[in-house]
Amino acid sequence: MTEPAAMPAKTIQSSTFDGTLTLSGRLLIDTLLQLEGRGGHAAAEPFHSIDITDLSQMDTAGAWFLIDQKMRAARHNIALEIRGASQAQAQLIATVEKNMPPKDAAAAKPLSIADRFEVYGRKVVRALRMTVELTSFLGQVIATLGGIIRHPSRLRLTSVVHHCQEIGVSAVPIVALMAFLIGVVLAFQGSAQLRQFGAEVFVVDLIAISILRELGILLTAIIVAGRSGSAFTASIGSMKMREEIDAMRTLGLDPVTILVVPRVLALMLMLPALGFIADISGLVGGALMSWIDMGVSPAVFQTRLVNNTDVWHFSVGMIKAPFFALIIGIIGCYEGMKVGGDAESLGRLTSASVVLSIFMVIVMDALFSVFFAVVGV
Amino acid sequence: MTAVSDPIIRVRGLVTRFGTHTVHDGLDLDVKQGEIIGVVGGSGTGKSVLLRAIVGLLEPDAGQIEVFGQSVRSTSDAEFRALRRRWGVMFQDGALFSSLTVRQNVEAPMREQLALPDDLRETLAGIKVRMVGLPENAMAKYPSELSGGMRKRAGFARAIAMDPEIVFLDEPTAGLDPIGAAAFDILIKQLQASLGLTVFLVTHDLDSLHAICDRIAVLADQKVLAVGTMDDMMQVDHPWVHEYFHGPRARAALSSAQREGAQ
Repeated sequence: MTEPAAMPAKTIQSSTFDGTLTLSGRLLIDTLLQLEGRGGHAAAEPFHSIDITDLSQMDTAGAWFLIDQKMRAARHNIALEIRGASQAQAQLIATVEKNMPPKDAAAAKPLSIADRFEVYGRKVVRALRMTVELTSFLGQVIATLGGIIRHPSRLRLTSVVHHCQEIGVSAVPIVALMAFLIGVVLAFQGSAQLRQFGAEVFVVDLIAISILRELGILLTAIIVAGRSGSAFTASIGSMKMREEIDAMRTLGLDPVTILVVPRVLALMLMLPALGFIADISGLVGGALMSWIDMGVSPAVFQTRLVNNTDVWHFSVGMIKAPFFALIIGIIGCYEGMKVGGDAESLGRLTSASVVLSIFMVIVMDALFSVFFAVVGV
Repeated sequence: MTAVSDPIIRVRGLVTRFGTHTVHDGLDLDVKQGEIIGVVGGSGTGKSVLLRAIVGLLEPDAGQIEVFGQSVRSTSDAEFRALRRRWGVMFQDGALFSSLTVRQNVEAPMREQLALPDDLRETLAGIKVRMVGLPENAMAKYPSELSGGMRKRAGFARAIAMDPEIVFLDEPTAGLDPIGAAAFDILIKQLQASLGLTVFLVTHDLDSLHAICDRIAVLADQKVLAVGTMDDMMQVDHPWVHEYFHGPRARAALSSAQREGAQ
């Protein structure tokens, strides 16, 4: 069946005479299409026999072609005969014939309206189920945290410190730069608007309130969700994939204590710290731009900041930080635990984790706005 | 299948190194057309490395590898592509694309290399999937939903999707239960006979060696230490080869093979 070195021309010749199709050359997957047209023609006027004595090569696709012809002929009540098959060819034809897929297997039914509703319903149920699971995971983490407070020796301190380094210290440059630029942008845009009313000096209040109360912590949380939340999902997910989590359970180690709690705890410690750095950096950026753009000197900026901005604006920002941290940590770890055996779910859940935690952080921020408005700070 | 004297794979003076660690040092091997050759050797003797070098996944440091009389290393890209179409590789654990279903996995090589009509491609993929003994409902499943044995079968189906002349199988029966492994051996033998395949089989499975291999090549000391039939292997007095083919597991495999032969 195999030619040495040089491949002969990839051709198949066929001729029809007296109801007999004679094939010669190579009946292979490559050459089959040259014949397919003739196959279609044959449907109208089928052959009585196919002579394959002169075939030099035949593969599975070729065998399929012969069987397909046979089946077409059978529909016209003709018993098609395949002549001149060598022993190996006959064996191949028999193997393929035994394994022909059933005719209707290929056709997929188009979705009806009811099917579409069903798909939608399944999605809703899945989302609800996920909410329940996420809540129960949150409860599990809080319960484990409570246990650690009663028995502090269970806390993996080294792990917490390591994650503080990863989440917090390593993120300082990016968070500081981001907040600085936001301060610059706010000062620039704010002054352009306020100048129309001659109220340039209020730019200080604008920067202070927006950064301290909202933007500093919110943007930090978004950066941390993208940076650390995705890392949580990826690292826990790859452990899940390699059955490390199962190994832990069999060794009597609780994955929540060992993997989740240190990460969540480190995040809850570090996010307020990063938020604080973002606040300072944003104010510095704003002050610098106010000075350059409008000549508000740093001393004036400082005085106005201290006199006019209630310290509660800063507190509101800081109060939100641990809650954002909890959301990011829980979602990151939960999605990691959901990773299955395949590499694709790891990628899918990592991106889902980032999207969901950013979304939930913003929802939480909106709820806090309502809450603080009601309590009046 | 009569063996032709011209080898279908010819390896001469192969040298591969990873850093300072030499895996192969002047390795020679011939594979004849239409045979099933079993490559055995201890862990780390470079069985898989040899396979990867032959199929061009790994650049050896020296030596010649010819498949179908063409050098694998010094062909042009177009020639190599044509050459590559004439063999199929099944990796350990199948190496299926996890984002594609079994059917799509088997269709993948056809889709890339041929412009076939969709229905024909699907039919041919269906034949291949059934040939390797997978049930109809496995077609639409993703690799993560399959058992290890089914993944191996699907990997085999993908390897033979293009009707190659040589199939490289990397430990096809590793991790299968004895019944599944024996069934896989029979499958290899059957498809080898009906498709006229040459099979390059990297294995540790003594039962496979007894059951289906025409010849066995033993890798040790960075070389092919011995090549020959099972009977030849029993005569080799190298300590490792002796231990391998005369150890307790080898005796058990031999006696079960003889029982089967007697039946």
